[in-house]
Amino acid sequence: MATEVLMPALSPTMEEGTLAKWLVKEGDRVKSGQIIAEIETDKATMEFEAVDEGILGKILVPEGTAGVKVNTPIAVLMDEGESVGDTTPAPAAASSVATAQVAAPPTLVEVRAEARPAPVAAAGWPHSDLPEGTPTKTMTVREALREAMAEEMRADPTVFLMGEEVGEYQGAYKISQGLLDEFGARRVVDTPITEMGFAGIGVGAAWGGLKPIVEFMTFNFSMQAIDHIINSAAKTLYMSGGQMGSPIVFRGPNGAAARVAAQHSQDFAAWYAAIPGLKVCMPYTAADAKGLLKTAIRDPNPVVFLENEILYGRSFEVPAEGDFTIPFGKASILRPGSDVTVVSFGIGCSHAMSAAEELAKDGISAEVVNLRTLRPIDYDTVLASVMKTNRCVTVEEGFPVGSIGDHLASTIMQRAFDYLDAPVVTCTGKDVPMPYAANLERFALITPAEVVAAVKSVCYR
Amino acid sequence: MAKKPETRPNVSKEELLKYYREMLLIRRFEEKAGQLYGMGLIGGFCHLYIGQEAVVVGLEAAAKPGDKRITSYRDHGHMLACGMDPKGVMAELTGRIGGYSKGKGGSMHMFSKEKHFYGGHGIVGAQVPLGAGLAFADKYLGNDNVTFTYFGDGAANQGQVYETYNMAELWALPVVFVIENNQYAMGTSVKRSTKSTTLYGRGLAYGIPGEQVDGMDVLAVKAAGEKAVAHCRAGNGPYILEMMTYRYRGHSMSDPAKYRTREEVEKIKTEKDCIEHVRDLLTQGGLASDEELKAIDREIKAIVNESAEFAKESPEPPLDELWTDIYA
Repeated sequence: MATEVLMPALSPTMEEGTLAKWLVKEGDRVKSGQIIAEIETDKATMEFEAVDEGILGKILVPEGTAGVKVNTPIAVLMDEGESVGDTTPAPAAASSVATAQVAAPPTLVEVRAEARPAPVAAAGWPHSDLPEGTPTKTMTVREALREAMAEEMRADPTVFLMGEEVGEYQGAYKISQGLLDEFGARRVVDTPITEMGFAGIGVGAAWGGLKPIVEFMTFNFSMQAIDHIINSAAKTLYMSGGQMGSPIVFRGPNGAAARVAAQHSQDFAAWYAAIPGLKVCMPYTAADAKGLLKTAIRDPNPVVFLENEILYGRSFEVPAEGDFTIPFGKASILRPGSDVTVVSFGIGCSHAMSAAEELAKDGISAEVVNLRTLRPIDYDTVLASVMKTNRCVTVEEGFPVGSIGDHLASTIMQRAFDYLDAPVVTCTGKDVPMPYAANLERFALITPAEVVAAVKSVCYR
Repeated sequence: MAKKPETRPNVSKEELLKYYREMLLIRRFEEKAGQLYGMGLIGGFCHLYIGQEAVVVGLEAAAKPGDKRITSYRDHGHMLACGMDPKGVMAELTGRIGGYSKGKGGSMHMFSKEKHFYGGHGIVGAQVPLGAGLAFADKYLGNDNVTFTYFGDGAANQGQVYETYNMAELWALPVVFVIENNQYAMGTSVKRSTKSTTLYGRGLAYGIPGEQVDGMDVLAVKAAGEKAVAHCRAGNGPYILEMMTYRYRGHSMSDPAKYRTREEVEKIKTEKDCIEHVRDLLTQGGLASDEELKAIDREIKAIVNESAEFAKESPEPPLDELWTDIYA
């Protein structure tokens, strides 16, 4: 009986991948557990093992094919004596075994030409940071972060990267891919799994004259190290009467990835943004990622740089040449509008932009403000927008209590009360630990539909 | 604790007088700080170093210019020993603008970049990875500086100490871990907090050599410090010195020290005092007369009084200091 081999999901966030290489050819006998192909995810090249035994009857997706969706049939395994041309009827109610497709030509398989998602067209480009006509290139957030680190490491020999798997493994999320080769083990330092220890060593190294970039595999693990981020890094300049600053960047993915549940899905933006002495960035676009990370590395203060795993693989336009930096405390307008201001940051901007698109169909013009840095916050841009639209909705993934949205709502109330035509509504993640079940997770996170509903409520529509 | 050396060591009068002067400065300074605390001029926490003076004075004698030091909140002695100005330290204790941190740090959080003193840390054990980080920077920059990273027997039970041991040895960082074992973590004796009471021995699990030292004997401390420093400077990685010492006063100012007997304290003061030890070496060896030593006593007293006067007269920080030094 023929069995389809399906494109596997090889990471929590993988939706598609590249079938890099077949290690078996048609007609080969395949054993259960045998490595039959190499599949490239956005994070790594993975070996793919056969689950079933049989003879590889037909390869449906040739090697080198990019953009193969998870669960796409990529090959067919036959039993002894069967051949591809056999029209063995499928047993009734056979689960994922669809023999009818066995002979289907590969052209039926959905294959996309380009390896990466198309650039997000309306993602604030060209934006206010650069004059119109600046040449740009399309790159992923991941590539932008890597390029930012590489450029700063080339420019300043005291900049180094340390963290778990940043070197030989090439980065748990491939952000540091290639850096070890270029800069060597002195400047790309693999650490043991010991967040508190290496965060403290990083801060000490900053006091000793270096500019460390400390990578947390995810910010969930920064809880182990938060004493050094706050008590050692953020407060020492003050406690020393201005003698000793801590020029250090703590960076890594923050917030929910996909299906990794409560301990691995939390947005710490509001936590870190509460601390005087820290600077806090949360980029959305690849241009944000590059420009802000370069600024962060040069900043003489400790910077918490909150990335997002789901955004890593998204593509945006980034200036093609020159030394591109984005100043802290300067929001960008991702989409101009006149009826309502939607303020967000990080992946929240993605929901805000989708909602704005949807709202436009209903004739509601939403202005989307991307804060980019949460400490300092660009109050002026937010207030100017609210004074123009008279309505405001905030969007973030974090918990509702003590959120960035709460802080903005209070600021807007105190500084622009007379301009408001409706109360500010804060859209946040739900007030629950992140559940694992796919349906519950979707419900726990903020969605564009919730943003649309919030905007309609403040527009009394 | 090891016994005092029976024979007079081969050490010059000048060297002994230097140690005598430096240890005495710390003791008189701390006594004065205790007095000012009682007068309400110093607030909050104030952890005195009285009894432990030989540790910092002996180790500073083994240091060279460029070496760094970092410690816990019981930090006044370390600051005086590395040459920071007693006036600036005392004025920080009184929370005045003339203090090392302009009055914004206080007893537990003082720094001097000029003297390579990196604090002054209020979170027990946090200074250990920070100290290793300073050593990381020196190794990265390719100089031969060593960082003295001090912590107590209480901090020795913090997990981050062992995270740091692991990386310091793995990367051969030039750091001397100095465990100031004064027998009590606040009110909990070493025996009540751990079954493995030879604290230096824990480094062996990570491949770090170490030894226990009579921390009441400044000459023993210096000799051990020189050995440790030579190990680090030669690129051999970290070294652990467990200084067996004793704090005469309570943990902080409000500690009645009911967890130990009066007799225990008196016995150490009488038999092991680090300043008396050097005084004995000087007088019994005929190296210095009572008069000479009394002159030093007077000189130290004058320095301490001057620091107290400065600390009282220095104004409180102006209110706009509230908003400065948050960002560089």
